[in-house]
Amino acid sequence: MKQELYQHTFSNGLTLLAERMPHVRSASLGFLIPAGCVYDPNHQLGLSSVLMEILFRGAGNYSSRALSNALNSLGIDHSEGSGLFNSSLSASMLSKNLEKALDLYANIILAPHLPESEMDAVKNLLIQDIEALEDEPQQKVMIELTRHYYPNPINRYKRGTIEGVQNTDVASLRKQHKNYFQPDGTILAIAGDFEWSRLRDHVQRLFGDWKANPVESIQVDSNNYQSVHLSKEIEQTQIALAFPSVPVSDPDFYKARGAVGVWSLDMSSRLFTNIREKYGLCYSVYASYESLRDRGTIVVYAGATPEKAQETLNRTLQELRILKDGIEDEEVDRVKVGLKSALIMRQESTAARAGAIASDWYFLKRVRPLQEIQTHIDQLSTKSIIDYAERYPPFPLSLVTLGPKELQLNH
Amino acid sequence: MAFHHHQLNNGLTILGETNPSALSLAMGFWVRTGSRDETSEVSGVSHFLEHMIFKGTERRDSFTVNRDFSRIGADNNAWTSEENTFYHAVVLPEYLPALVDVLADIMRPSLREEDFNTEKSVILDEIVRYQVQPGWAAYDHARKTFYGNHPLGNSVLGTTESITALTRNQMMNYYNARYLASNIHLVVAGNFDFSSFVELIDQACGKWPTGKVERLNRTEVNGAGGIHIVEKPEEKVSQEYLMMISPGPAANSPLRYAASVLATAIGDYAGSRLYWALTDPGYADECGMGADECDGAGAYYLSLNCNPDNIKKCYQIVTELYKIVQDKGLSEEEIDQAKTKIASREVRASERTHRRMLQIAKDWAYLGEYRNLDDELAAIEAVNLKSIREVLDAYPLSNYTTTAFGPCSAII
Repeated sequence: MKQELYQHTFSNGLTLLAERMPHVRSASLGFLIPAGCVYDPNHQLGLSSVLMEILFRGAGNYSSRALSNALNSLGIDHSEGSGLFNSSLSASMLSKNLEKALDLYANIILAPHLPESEMDAVKNLLIQDIEALEDEPQQKVMIELTRHYYPNPINRYKRGTIEGVQNTDVASLRKQHKNYFQPDGTILAIAGDFEWSRLRDHVQRLFGDWKANPVESIQVDSNNYQSVHLSKEIEQTQIALAFPSVPVSDPDFYKARGAVGVWSLDMSSRLFTNIREKYGLCYSVYASYESLRDRGTIVVYAGATPEKAQETLNRTLQELRILKDGIEDEEVDRVKVGLKSALIMRQESTAARAGAIASDWYFLKRVRPLQEIQTHIDQLSTKSIIDYAERYPPFPLSLVTLGPKELQLNH
Repeated sequence: MAFHHHQLNNGLTILGETNPSALSLAMGFWVRTGSRDETSEVSGVSHFLEHMIFKGTERRDSFTVNRDFSRIGADNNAWTSEENTFYHAVVLPEYLPALVDVLADIMRPSLREEDFNTEKSVILDEIVRYQVQPGWAAYDHARKTFYGNHPLGNSVLGTTESITALTRNQMMNYYNARYLASNIHLVVAGNFDFSSFVELIDQACGKWPTGKVERLNRTEVNGAGGIHIVEKPEEKVSQEYLMMISPGPAANSPLRYAASVLATAIGDYAGSRLYWALTDPGYADECGMGADECDGAGAYYLSLNCNPDNIKKCYQIVTELYKIVQDKGLSEEEIDQAKTKIASREVRASERTHRRMLQIAKDWAYLGEYRNLDDELAAIEAVNLKSIREVLDAYPLSNYTTTAFGPCSAII
């Protein structure tokens, strides 16, 4: 797997990462700015989301409409949002329009208008978005799981609360932008066809004068591990649970991915086979891995009719607990092929590559060559995954359920 | 990139687009059957059958099927629509023979009674799962209302009643009538050799039965018209979900590119008329419009959801917007922007083998021809003020049927 990877950190702390993919006509870019919702003031939860929403409503010499026209005329698709620690902005386009896209993003990031006249509209959109969660039971239960498993402020819902959004104002937005939209710790990742030195110089011209204003790191407690049942008359009980794993930087990271793979890589994995296929208990059940810089977590979801919910929960927990008791060689072989195939297939997408190199830098302060990931995948074995499962059992655990009837957590 | 084409003696069509620089290959069987081809007694059988395809054959039980996809790291799935069922997988090039071995095999399923009963409960659960999502429930209602007795209004999932009553025999009869080699085409896109692929397929699929397959009622639909309110208690559905469906060009109509530009200019998520009219002022959190082109008929779908307090205002804005576009058409600048967006998305998406496979399969199903990316880009580029006017005259936007799903008892 031949790769062309580039990296440069400018004197103000902005890191530019780039992967050249000479066979493509597209390009993707992504900014990770350390301005996520953990920095929202307690009475203004949602401030960072309001900021992301209003960012495109006029910037630099562009009015809201002119900016929209400029993006559309270049065929740039974009999405942006506030996360826990980072706010992210990403865009995809044809490679030939990459520099023009960067010009527009320099305006958006460095000189947004943040107009008072747009505040009501933006707040209304966010509030409706939060209200609409009531109609999305699966999303709702996952947000509640986060709220109960993690400590403040990393248990926040990134969109904030209705009250918090209502409390935001332009003055706080300007302050938030001034304090947190700064280059120190910001990552700009690009994948596509480009000429490196020209790209680096272009980014230097646009962002070289951006003033650093280092953000103090936030001290976060250990997890809360709370459980709760939320009563609601719905036709399908939503089950979500979480327990500790290791972060991306940990030597056990690949073993954690291997364990999740045995549970939930595809339709032949244990959860799908034993919960859905063997017993027909539910349509959807899966486990996934998520990581912050200092901690990793396994999250499990199942949705089942109220009559089958208790059995679904029991069997799911059972699957999680017995991983340490034995794994077939063949199961691990499948996980290895699956992880390897996914790794290579993602190489066909500039958006996926831009996302991957940004994530590597955020967690590891370096970009892992594909060959290195491949070697780690090859080294997975039944022994190494069992060893991991023994050290990271599904305990302590948060269980959050949403439905007409409370479920019992059988130990 | 080169195109290859071959037909087996039993009528199975094999299409290939080879791209030696691709890192993967995508392969899929496209079956021209879906809920529009069902009678009401077997409503949902196409989709249920799609699940049963993964439940095993004479050579494999369901666990082996899943394991054999997994063993080769396949990214595989299937979907069923109103008129097509598609079984597809992406793998690394070296796994092509193993992929053919399993994907071709499962297309001749055993449909064992025991598997049928287990899977039935999964389907019933899937129906509930969709019912509790108001966005989807609104869509299902809106389609039924718009299409009335036309088969395009048939539900893909079926109902709890129809699925509960369905027997294995009914499914077997449906399978025998629809899954004939002449009604299926096979597409591969990516890094592979076509002639050795044809040999593999001849061995695997050459004995599949063939025969004549019909589709009834391929007429255009005018829609029921009017406003249809589906009222739900607020504790069940918190937001109001609105859908407007108007007749549009069919999948083989030369007007389809103009329809797609029109829908993008009106209803794209960014910078469209709807965006400026509803999202920018904060009235509706989500809104969009698209053209859905089917076999013999087509439609525009406009959907939005918002706080119930905003629905009257939103509906008024949207109906006025439709009227203005109908009367005045689009500006040249809007047309250019929409064309640029569509072309940019097309080029980017085509970098994935999966997308090329899907596009080739679809073109063959509806047009009976192969089109490469440049053909597509040229057709988009050719859209102008005149063709936009043509499509508006042929399929007026003002001809909509409205469905409102949520707590509101009135929207005007």
